[in-house]
Amino acid sequence: MNVIVEREKGLLQLEQRIDELKAQAAQQPVDMTAEIRALEEKYAQIQREVFGTLSPWQRVNMARHPKRPLGSDYIRALDQFDELHGDRHFRDDHAIAGGFAKLRGRRVIAIAQDKGRDTKEKVLRNFGMPSPEGYRKVIRLVKLADHLGLPVVTFIDTSGADPGIGSEERAQSEAIAQSLYELAEARVPIVATIIGEGGSGGALALGLADRVLILEHAVYSVASPEGAAAILWGDAARAEEAATRLKLTSDDLLQFGIVDEVIPEPIGGAHRDAPGTVTRVLDAVDAALGVLSALPPDQLREGRYRKFRRIGAAAG
Amino acid sequence: MPMPEWLRLRRAQPVPAEDAAQWTKCPKCGSMIYKPDLAANAWVCTSCGHHFRMHAFDRIAMLVDADFTEIGGELVPGDPLGWTDKVPYPQKLARDREKSKLTEGVVCGFASIGGYPVALGVMDFNFRGGTMGSVVGERITQLFERARERKLPVVVFTASGGARMEEGMLALMQMAKTTLAVRRHHDEGGYYISVLTDPTTGGVSASFAFQADVVLAEARAAIGFAGRRVIEQTIRQKLPENFQTAEFLLEKGAIDMVVERKELKDRLVRLLDYGSGAQRPANGAVSGGSVVTPQPDSAETRA
Repeated sequence: MNVIVEREKGLLQLEQRIDELKAQAAQQPVDMTAEIRALEEKYAQIQREVFGTLSPWQRVNMARHPKRPLGSDYIRALDQFDELHGDRHFRDDHAIAGGFAKLRGRRVIAIAQDKGRDTKEKVLRNFGMPSPEGYRKVIRLVKLADHLGLPVVTFIDTSGADPGIGSEERAQSEAIAQSLYELAEARVPIVATIIGEGGSGGALALGLADRVLILEHAVYSVASPEGAAAILWGDAARAEEAATRLKLTSDDLLQFGIVDEVIPEPIGGAHRDAPGTVTRVLDAVDAALGVLSALPPDQLREGRYRKFRRIGAAAG
Repeated sequence: MPMPEWLRLRRAQPVPAEDAAQWTKCPKCGSMIYKPDLAANAWVCTSCGHHFRMHAFDRIAMLVDADFTEIGGELVPGDPLGWTDKVPYPQKLARDREKSKLTEGVVCGFASIGGYPVALGVMDFNFRGGTMGSVVGERITQLFERARERKLPVVVFTASGGARMEEGMLALMQMAKTTLAVRRHHDEGGYYISVLTDPTTGGVSASFAFQADVVLAEARAAIGFAGRRVIEQTIRQKLPENFQTAEFLLEKGAIDMVVERKELKDRLVRLLDYGSGAQRPANGAVSGGSVVTPQPDSAETRA
């Protein structure tokens, strides 16, 4: 059960009561302004209490909220999108969609992970866990972007790469390794945004970028909290504890220099104003591209090298 | 730094008389093996041929012609996350340093193999399961950077449980960092051979292990992205015995060849020879080990 959904329940009831009262007030001659205001103040207060500060585990649940904007919501908000399907070898992996796009008038290659909204779509998209074909699609699209001089924009949201038999048979490791390898020296700007869950290598495979942005309540971690708990203590149920220790929140990541910018979310989370959140993200991506597009390819690649080169370099 | 003194001493020490501690059990066939026999047999079971996991320095000693000049040995891990579970992370590190006589999960340096100067990296499962934290990533990165400067081929032996949880995202980012260094080395004409040993999984298999020009695997090594247990939990069924073995990957077309440990050095020398036209070592590129033409008939072929 999603702890944020649980916490929201009381607030949603209050919200409903306020709406009912407002409707009543509109029909009756009695002045209910004071009652409504009191309730609204109470609502705001509870909202601040509930969402003012979120624990790492609550953030994980926020990142997994069933109503949170997904990759396809960002894709839909682009000026235009022409999807390019498949890895040209085996199949079209729906956990990752990508293709030509226009973002604020700029020609780009857009690539988005998507977990799917309803059950049917979740199954189609394998709950957002890409198979090797998904990463091979990314490799193909990055090559295309490099060929045509188009910037690459990625939206990251996955609990991790698919851990299934077929994925192992078709060399999941190799696919992720080569996706990183392709992004490493692409001669075009790359902007990655973590919009929900950034789970392990399966997320990083789309995250070797010149600028890495993250939504305020999105998380990015070395392994999913459940995965880390299973690896460390052989007990996936200790996910909450793992989430706390892994330092996976946007503020931690900014502090460690792993992300460059945190994009604020409305109080209560991105889903409370999905269109507004999507707009803010696209604006931030556009702004980052504006800066990067002015740089010559060599400088871009040198900057990318240095950006990752310094992470963990001061350990000695 | 040449081969550390402790290793020379260890090798020079006479074997104590019949001592229970001198015996070990093969995890595969259950035979009791006299440890010095095992060491003399390249840590391969004298009964069933099972490849024991090797200490990095034993591996280096098995491969290099003469001296090994270590780089990055001065880099030691910090505790960036202030990690504590049952034991604080620094204590785990101290315990592993003591147990393994290593300062981290990889040993990197310069040497020559069969007369070919190389930059050599050897991971060791004895140190935090060969997991990649900041120091492993930094040492590997430095290895490729210095190999690029010196125009040397790189040989890396992988053995890893993946990214190191206790260093969180800083550990994951080492996948990106090492990738950038591998790619630069490659783009400037560098030759890179990886040898996947038991086990090679997670963040290491999904980065530099599978970015080499030639990818070898030691016989019967476990290799994969997700751990066996994770897959079994996800699909709720038992996996076939050979799943994620070197032989399985060879059959699926994911690696170039499977090599028995005893044939490994000869095979490496042959492969280094094929790439020797790509780059010539710069002046003073390597210390120790003179470049000689390897004897072609010294290599035993299997295929």
